[in-house]
Amino acid sequence: MEQHKLVIIGGGPAGLAAAVSARKKGIDDILILERDYILGGILNQCIHNGFGLHTFKEELTGPEYADRFIKMVEEEKIPYKLNTIVISITKDKEITYINETDGMVTIKATAVILAMGCRERPRGALNIPGYRPSGIYSAGTAQRLMNIDGYKVGKEVVILGSGDIGLIMARRMTLEGAKVKVVAELMPYSGGLKRNIVQCLNDYDIPLKLSHTVTKIHGKKRLTGVTIAQVDENRKPIEGTEEYYSCDTLLLSVGLIPENELTTEIGIEMNRITNGPDVNDRLETNTNGIYACGNVLHVHDLVDFVSQEAALAGENAADFILNGERKSNETIPIIVKNGVRYTVPQTIDIENMSDIVTVRFRVADVYKNRSLCVYFNDEKVQDKKKRVLAPGEMEQIILKKADLEKFDGLRSITVCTEEN
Amino acid sequence: MSKFDYDIVIIGGGVTGSAVARELSRYTLSVCLLEKEEDVCSGTSKANSAIVHAGYDAKPNTLKAKLNVEGNRIMGEYAKELDFEFRRNGSLVLCFEEENIPQLKELLERGKENGVPDMQYLTGDEVRKIEPNISDEVVAAIFAPTGGIVCPFNLTIALAENACDNGVEFKLNTEVTNIEKLDNGYKVITNNGEISAKYIVNAAGVYADKFHNMVSQDKITIIARKGDYELLDKQAGKLVDKTIFQLPTKMGKGILVTPTVHGNLLIGPTATDIDDKEATATTAEDLDKVARLSAKSIKNIPYRQVITSFTGLRAHEINGDFIIGEVKDAEGFFDCAGIESPGLSCAPALGIYVANMIKEKANAGNKENWNGKRKGIVRPLTLSKEERAELIKKRPDYGTIVCRCENVSEGEIVDSINRTLGAKSLDGVKRRVRQGMGRCQAGFCTPKTMEILARELNVKMESICKNGKGSEILVDEK
Repeated sequence: MEQHKLVIIGGGPAGLAAAVSARKKGIDDILILERDYILGGILNQCIHNGFGLHTFKEELTGPEYADRFIKMVEEEKIPYKLNTIVISITKDKEITYINETDGMVTIKATAVILAMGCRERPRGALNIPGYRPSGIYSAGTAQRLMNIDGYKVGKEVVILGSGDIGLIMARRMTLEGAKVKVVAELMPYSGGLKRNIVQCLNDYDIPLKLSHTVTKIHGKKRLTGVTIAQVDENRKPIEGTEEYYSCDTLLLSVGLIPENELTTEIGIEMNRITNGPDVNDRLETNTNGIYACGNVLHVHDLVDFVSQEAALAGENAADFILNGERKSNETIPIIVKNGVRYTVPQTIDIENMSDIVTVRFRVADVYKNRSLCVYFNDEKVQDKKKRVLAPGEMEQIILKKADLEKFDGLRSITVCTEEN
Repeated sequence: MSKFDYDIVIIGGGVTGSAVARELSRYTLSVCLLEKEEDVCSGTSKANSAIVHAGYDAKPNTLKAKLNVEGNRIMGEYAKELDFEFRRNGSLVLCFEEENIPQLKELLERGKENGVPDMQYLTGDEVRKIEPNISDEVVAAIFAPTGGIVCPFNLTIALAENACDNGVEFKLNTEVTNIEKLDNGYKVITNNGEISAKYIVNAAGVYADKFHNMVSQDKITIIARKGDYELLDKQAGKLVDKTIFQLPTKMGKGILVTPTVHGNLLIGPTATDIDDKEATATTAEDLDKVARLSAKSIKNIPYRQVITSFTGLRAHEINGDFIIGEVKDAEGFFDCAGIESPGLSCAPALGIYVANMIKEKANAGNKENWNGKRKGIVRPLTLSKEERAELIKKRPDYGTIVCRCENVSEGEIVDSINRTLGAKSLDGVKRRVRQGMGRCQAGFCTPKTMEILARELNVKMESICKNGKGSEILVDEK
């Protein structure tokens, strides 16, 4: 059986950054497996700007951002296989993949990095009643058809969900001459970044209707319209508020789901909130030598953070390959409370942690004038005032190894919000 | 030379029309099947419970009972001969109230009378031993081991393909607008011209009444009875192994919970009569009912894992019976009307039954070189690793996975297009090889599948449809 030191599943932003950082840490034998026909993942269809402000201190488009990393992979001569789909991974890190040239092959890896990204929630998952005509796309599918394949998908558009891809597509379709009539959002707040609401909706006078949803799909062959209604606090449509919008296109931007079918088959412990694996501060899953990063771990807003996270996974996988398993006496759980939905990582291994660990998380609702607080056991150790916290914007806190070591009898770390 | 274009015209390319066509193809008869949609299996046959009923439901000594038990019996052979997915997983009927046990036992007796083999009565505890996720409320059940599940698409498509390969002509996108009586035959007027035939088989599903009433004074009425379903992710597919029915009571016929042959979990259907025979729209009320009532049978159904919902239309004859046979005041016109549940289960037996009637009347003999075997599309996923590797060597496109959720390769999609009665649209591909049937519901594979369709059919991308003209995916600006 062919053997590799490090096999990375996915050649999107996470996989590429992980590969480059593992190489820099001295791993000479790396293989990236990518299912698409090019490296770069979803960035290739994100032709708008706004990428790389943190990583490169300049504003790039998605393909430009991807290209920076693809060039690094090429310069480092890291091998990759395109049009290659992984169909199984075992606990022993045996990976079976398929492609046209190799056929069906099983290889063995010393360490594995999971970087498969995420997929969009489809209409079916929402159970919107009505017909099943053409003209209903998840926003990313429409984005691919427009930006990669160069086709026009519709003329009169309604968008359900105010996730970032939906907002970006509202602007994109407007620029292509389509009329975007409304963006309906089930929640009382948007799931997207504030800057996207301003730049993609407000600048083009596209109305955003919060606490609204699509309650019916009309049209037997091609979509002819949708009914939109206001919802109550239980997200149930309020009778009498229905409004009909004629349209030939409905874009759905209603959530992203990490693609963890391979992960669950390995038997890796999963997190119910993130839909990604549970990981420690080295981004290692509960299976030694298998790491996760990027959107397969938890859905990000900014690719810059994906690159940072993936670089960390790459470094730690390199350490595992070069120095073996890090045995630790104790791991400290990170507990979430009062409006914090989850954290990544979920546990900290003080003995082996780096000097600084970034803990990322999301809040459950829009909160004004609250503090983000960190407790060691029952003692508050951080209190950072925030004017606004929103589920659409990922937050972070920093943990220093020195602080954790200093604290006697540390049993748990709690991250929570507190009203001021 | 006959004075007619064909000996027989079959109206409707659903499972019934296709089964009759396949059985008629054995004989020295010229047969033409007309289908108004661009593909066979586009109406009732594509959206139903996909169940092969054991046969205990129908009243004893009715044709429905006879065809059901017989259809069930021969389904296994058919599945082998015609290469479609079928599994005899067994059916359970659940009883929730002590007071309804007599009706449950009645059903058991009826099954025995109909000739359903090996049926058993089970107590609540016994049934929970077989299916641990069955509700604690269940007090008793009957078990019919011959009950099964089938792929309704490939059952219908296999019958149609085999009929076509044995000489039946299929005219798709051909809608019958009128039928006129001729001397010893009929003239069928369609949107694609006129066709004459000595015999007509009316297998038009929810429209069977329309065609029957064109030739007969003895009018019939077929009502479209809509049923909403929800399909759950394969992660939920192992929640039950058997098909779980609820004992029909005065509260209704109940909702079934069943695994599908492809490993998903299917729940439904509701039963709502509607006026518009094209109204395949789900409603919030019915979807809600599916969820609420299925929860009665099975504990912890993960409703968050619903990947799609759909509506099927049953062709319900107002007296609730199958109408099969030659119409009294229209010689040579054969009805297959009111074929609602268990129509799918009956199809093989029904095809033989109707074909025999016509063959006798036409005094036709057996065709030489008739081949009843049909080979389905290669499914690399079901092959051993070695076989799959060998296959990819020969045809590299079996190594490019287009649909990630269902692991469907480009090779399979190409095959689904380039074969007898091949796919012409996204839905046609989907029904044949399951591209887009998985958890992402074609989010990733739509663009690539469109490209393959455009390339293989040699048409432009803008012409690619979801399911026939009017359902184009892209805007054509030229």
